[in-house]
Amino acid sequence: MSRVTAPSGPNAAERRRVRVARGPSRPHGGSRASHPAPRPSAGWTPWLYLAPALLVLGGLLVYPVYQLGLISVLEYTQAQVSGGRPTSFRGLDNYTELFSDDQFWQVLLATVGFAAACVVSTLAVGCALAVLLTRVRALPRLALMLAALGAWATPAITGSTVWLFLFDPDFGPVNRLLGLGDHSWTYGRYSAFLLVLLEVVWCSFPFVMVTVYAGIRAVPSEVLEAAALDGASHWRIWRSVLAPMLRPILVVVTVQSVIWDFKVFTQIYVMTGGGGIAGQNLVLNVYAYQKAFASSQYSLGSAIGVVMLLILLAVTLGYLRLLRRQGEEL
Amino acid sequence: MSLVRDVVRRPWRLAAEATALLVAAVVAFPLYWMVLSAVKPAGEIESTDPRPWTSSPSLDSFRRVFGQQEFGRYFVNSLVVAVSVVIASALIAFLAATAVTRFRFRFRTTLLIMFLVAQMVPVEALTIPLFFLMRDVGQLNTLGALILPHIAFSLPFAIWMLRGFVRAVPESLEEAAYLDGASRARFLWQILLPLVLPGLVATSVFSFISAWNDFLFAKSFIISDTSQSTLPLALLVFYKPDEPDWGGVMAASTVMTIPVLVFFVLVQRRLVSGLGGAVKD
Repeated sequence: MSRVTAPSGPNAAERRRVRVARGPSRPHGGSRASHPAPRPSAGWTPWLYLAPALLVLGGLLVYPVYQLGLISVLEYTQAQVSGGRPTSFRGLDNYTELFSDDQFWQVLLATVGFAAACVVSTLAVGCALAVLLTRVRALPRLALMLAALGAWATPAITGSTVWLFLFDPDFGPVNRLLGLGDHSWTYGRYSAFLLVLLEVVWCSFPFVMVTVYAGIRAVPSEVLEAAALDGASHWRIWRSVLAPMLRPILVVVTVQSVIWDFKVFTQIYVMTGGGGIAGQNLVLNVYAYQKAFASSQYSLGSAIGVVMLLILLAVTLGYLRLLRRQGEEL
Repeated sequence: MSLVRDVVRRPWRLAAEATALLVAAVVAFPLYWMVLSAVKPAGEIESTDPRPWTSSPSLDSFRRVFGQQEFGRYFVNSLVVAVSVVIASALIAFLAATAVTRFRFRFRTTLLIMFLVAQMVPVEALTIPLFFLMRDVGQLNTLGALILPHIAFSLPFAIWMLRGFVRAVPESLEEAAYLDGASRARFLWQILLPLVLPGLVATSVFSFISAWNDFLFAKSFIISDTSQSTLPLALLVFYKPDEPDWGGVMAASTVMTIPVLVFFVLVQRRLVSGLGGAVKD
């Protein structure tokens, strides 16, 4: 516990990078050496190994996605759920209804803005602290690491209640400390979003910090020493040596943060009491939930889900393109 | 990093260390306040003059929490869900990761891209179809309704992360095993599995957390049979919007956080090396 072990991967990673896929569906052409096939022909073995995963994913991920799309083009409310009335096909009417609703656009805008703010803050805090970790001795490093792991380990729901309590207008220490009297943080739209953002950053920066720190540690010290011997400045070392080597890691944590922050549910639901006063703090996820389970408009809820799915799919495709441009082997 | 440390001059290092300690204190403060509020006597919690210490700690709030009907049961339920998800998804992901790293076959790249895409699917958006699916297969109001979807949702990320670990095992080892007459199964379970165990541990952190923390599924799928509830819902019993029992909420939060903390402390070394190893690829 006294020390964080260095990542074990780097050497193997270098070796691996030289290896190249020989499969028929290689993502990109290249002139790298093909590697010899050492073992007996694969046959059905890989599919046997994949069977459980494909079964679970097919039944609990692919099928529900299909169902989501299906429900979003049906008339599906309480009457249909209980079997009182037959389901009828509505085509894109649900989407028309959704897109002509001002609240939907407002929620979409809020979701994007909120997620962007969360991602930027999380990355800034996480990266800054990762660099800080490399500059301090063991004890402060351990302290920060432990605190961060604590925040990371805290379940979203307990984190939400604890932060609410910290900022409670009557009994919370924060208002007391800042001399804000009984100012309510959840009353105003933006201050409520800010409060949720603080909690989200608190519980998600540790992932970024630990990953980036592990990445920095994985950079071979000879490389840094060589750069220093060549007279490179601190800034130069960071810009020309560390940053390029960390790029894959930065991409991963950014994409991961986008995905997580775009689908924040628990924090908004608990901290703003299901979406804030008059729904001022709704994000797409909570909005879909409220439509479906609070007002039984399952079709509209599903349509919102489809919109979310498409947005995240776009992010994923962008990520894949980035990976390919970097020439990563899948 | 020793070099960087040498280059950084002393006052800067002290400033950096002071900053690190300060940040650590700020980050740890909410957790400290949670535990503190859980052991404060009722009068001190709901006081307009909150103090960062207590002179008369009491276990009243914990008594209230454990006195709540079936709280122990909720705890066990949460544990069953999380442990089942961790074990099942680790094994399934291990097999799948082996398939996509140790074999070259048709549709391999397509599958990998699909795993990556699957990782992005917002779990929450699927609550509605999953609700009907669970109803149709008779899993509504059972722990299965929580376990099954979480296995599915933690798989893609687990496979993606485990790839790096499986690949790191030298191919020569595999050849040697076959030359010595080991079967595929023997190689898989007795040689490969122990070698990628650190990766499995790092991966299981994510599946454990997502299952243990789950709030949405528990709220949506366990609707009429409260004996199948999990901790998040038990916690909300104390959190009524108008008249929250803060002592109870904080005590329940503490109880809910401790298992995850323990789990984290147990695996933290492997977690850091695991993330470094996997992400580096």
